[in-house]
Amino acid sequence: MLGAPPLLFLLLFFAYPVATIVGLGLSGDAAAGGAGVLDTWLDERTRDVLGFTVWQAALSTLLTVLAALPGAYVFARYSFRGKGLLRAATTIPFVLPTVVVASAFLALLGPRSPLNGLATMLGAPDPVVRLEGSLWAILLAHVFYMYAVVLRLVGGVWSNLDPRTEEAARVLGASRWIAFRQVTLPLLRPAIASAAAIVFLFTFTSFGVILLLGSPGTATLEVEIYRTTALLLDLPVAAALALLQMASVALLLLIYGRLQDRLAIEQRLGPAADVERPARDRRSRLVVGATLTSMGLLLALPLLVLVERSFASGDGHGLGGYGALFEAGGGAGAFVPPAEAIGNSLLFAAATVVMASVLGLMSAVAIAYRRGWASRGLDALLMLPLGTSAVTLGFGFIVALDEPPLDLRTSVLLIPIAHTLVAMPFVVRATVPLIRAIQPRLREAAAVLGASPRRTWLEVDGPVISRAALVGGGFAFAVSLGEFGATLFIARPDVPTVPIAIFRLLGQPGALNFAQAMAMSTILMVLTAVSVLLIERWRGHAATAF
Amino acid sequence: MKRLATALAILMLAGCSSTGSGPQPSTSSVPTELVLMTHDSFALPDEAIDAFEREHGATLRILRSGDAGSMVNQAILSREHPLADVLFGVDSTFLSRALEADIFLPYGSSELAAVPQVFRVDARQRVTPIDHGEVCLNIDREAFAEGDPPAPQRLEDLTLPEYRGMLVVQDPASSSVGLSFLLATVARFGEEGWRDYWAALRENDVLVTDGWEDAYYGRFSGGAGEGDRPIVVSYASSPAAEVVFAETPVTEAPTAVVLDGCYRQVEFAGILQGTEKPDLAGDFIDHLLSRPVQEAIPLEMFVYPVRGDAVLPEVFTEHAQVVEDPLELPREQVEENRQRWIAEWTDTVLR
Repeated sequence: MLGAPPLLFLLLFFAYPVATIVGLGLSGDAAAGGAGVLDTWLDERTRDVLGFTVWQAALSTLLTVLAALPGAYVFARYSFRGKGLLRAATTIPFVLPTVVVASAFLALLGPRSPLNGLATMLGAPDPVVRLEGSLWAILLAHVFYMYAVVLRLVGGVWSNLDPRTEEAARVLGASRWIAFRQVTLPLLRPAIASAAAIVFLFTFTSFGVILLLGSPGTATLEVEIYRTTALLLDLPVAAALALLQMASVALLLLIYGRLQDRLAIEQRLGPAADVERPARDRRSRLVVGATLTSMGLLLALPLLVLVERSFASGDGHGLGGYGALFEAGGGAGAFVPPAEAIGNSLLFAAATVVMASVLGLMSAVAIAYRRGWASRGLDALLMLPLGTSAVTLGFGFIVALDEPPLDLRTSVLLIPIAHTLVAMPFVVRATVPLIRAIQPRLREAAAVLGASPRRTWLEVDGPVISRAALVGGGFAFAVSLGEFGATLFIARPDVPTVPIAIFRLLGQPGALNFAQAMAMSTILMVLTAVSVLLIERWRGHAATAF
Repeated sequence: MKRLATALAILMLAGCSSTGSGPQPSTSSVPTELVLMTHDSFALPDEAIDAFEREHGATLRILRSGDAGSMVNQAILSREHPLADVLFGVDSTFLSRALEADIFLPYGSSELAAVPQVFRVDARQRVTPIDHGEVCLNIDREAFAEGDPPAPQRLEDLTLPEYRGMLVVQDPASSSVGLSFLLATVARFGEEGWRDYWAALRENDVLVTDGWEDAYYGRFSGGAGEGDRPIVVSYASSPAAEVVFAETPVTEAPTAVVLDGCYRQVEFAGILQGTEKPDLAGDFIDHLLSRPVQEAIPLEMFVYPVRGDAVLPEVFTEHAQVVEDPLELPREQVEENRQRWIAEWTDTVLR
């Protein structure tokens, strides 16, 4: 029952539009002259593209998980000052437009990098770091973007694990490594698989990063679909590529679903506050220090470069970029008052959080309490939007939703709807592993002690779910705040959001435009950190709201 | 739960108030709404929009649909149930496709008399020219200030050893500016010669980026650029923009245009088939062609007005150069060969 509203939402705003546009490509006059589906699939170019897409996504996922696990551990097990703020700050990369991030990476690792300056001073003839155009640039940017996903999805479960299980293993003589590998890791596996699935899907359909940091000519399926749809309007080829992309994603989700069923382990979950402790001895201080330092290098350095740039003015520093933002007519022709853009962004993000949380929680409960085909099917369908090209969906809206009462094609509502499709999987992924981990014995005990089913649910499942939902909600907020790709392919009323304002500023030459774009990005960063922090502070109240 | 319900209700209300979508028959109590479909770079001063709304008792609703290509394709896909009444921003590159799909109603604007014949390319008047811009090589003046080497004058110069490693261009498969520059080389060197030219550029270490932003802000050394390459493909109006958007007022643009090898792009407007307000849509096209709006266009979108009698702003006459005889290709030839040219370009330059 609970699964019905999200299912309806997905069928209406995802399956139907995508099926219509793909169907259009496969049928009628369009298909007669063009290449057939098989021709496109068997084309050498397509195989290259698919190969590269899978390869870079797999590498990115592996690297992100490896890079973020230590962070997840430190955040789950230790308390330190500024932790909440720091955790909120890790979502910042998630909202930054790729153009902005690419320019930060180029400044750090491009031809004018300070590292190269240093190397030249030490006598190196050629620039040492030439990251641009290499696979490494893509991988690094993906890790930068997706770090928070692993940190929070895995960290969320880790902080609820009862540390006594691991301690018991240690008392029985296991080394730290053995205790981790044989006790903690198996308990974490469902969460790791969950996070890895999202990272893989995101990087599998990577678009901006590939275009801006990859060498020209390297393309993912997503890039190819964009070219064939938005530039060439070659619908038959676009449909064939879209089918290929969705089939790959569906196959992956199938494997993942089976894995998830096998991995789920019932366990005793403790409140996070009982688990974390300050780093007291030298060893734990070292662990915390080293982890936070590496996080700083990976995540904070590029962000700091952007902040620095927003204050740069000529050869010195100043507030020029910010000043111009608040002067009427101070910017590029397509001038957007920053307050308006921020207001629009916040409104869309709030709407997305509400829709994604309500629909996401319904699905999570439906998926977690029932196993088997129906639940797995809903789970896969929920994830599929992450693996679908934004341009396919955007053009699908145009052809499918074209008659009243469903003619939403030019409504502002379409924007939060598109954002919700992307945000829902985060809510679901954050909650399902936790709900599944709840021991039935607790529910049984509550029932035996006389609690009604409703009361049992409220007291046993409620607190665990609401906590997880907040992690998902934070992501939904960030996804919406930074979302750019999907909305770009929708015919939308003129309600500029912050990323769109940045994009417009960067669309014209001029030092002032650049400074303003950087200032706007900095505002977006602060906005994200503060909002996500506030959402998470809400936790205390939320526990009673459910 | 209550809080969620309230939020949802507010959201629904907010949504409904602005759901009055698409071209619908208007009721008498509200002013007529004209829906304009355009690309993300469209901009007009508020006064220009207010003037139109006041004069015709209408409200203008702007619908943005991505870049020019994406917009045209959305207009074609929504042919049966059009999203808007009037469209602005289809350029020469995508014009053939739009005309072939038959999405426009013919309209002869009374203001066309002031527009030189060279811009009026469709004999059946299905589209009306509004502005034009030239894609040109831009140089970092500082890099060539010493005269060693001197600033390049012609496209051929770029293949000389002294300009090695200096040029950055955009991939024509993903960038419209890049495509224009590719078309410029086809127009200039012909079907037989353009690939040799690009092979020579490749030999001379040309750098390719995917988009204009990346090339101009990331790799170009002039203006606000962060890079180390002093020659970039941009627009004839870019030096003027560098002056208008300088952080501290400057008397001279930090960049300049190479007048050889410029490619002309004209932007058109058209009334969409299926509209119920063809007259109002026509009024809007007249408005775009009126002198005040034409004279406001340069500083808003950094393109040139098509009207012969429109006076250019001072910063344009002083810092942007007017390209006397830009390169152009017939639009049918572009539509027919674009895909093949891009594929051959990719083989020549990137493989």
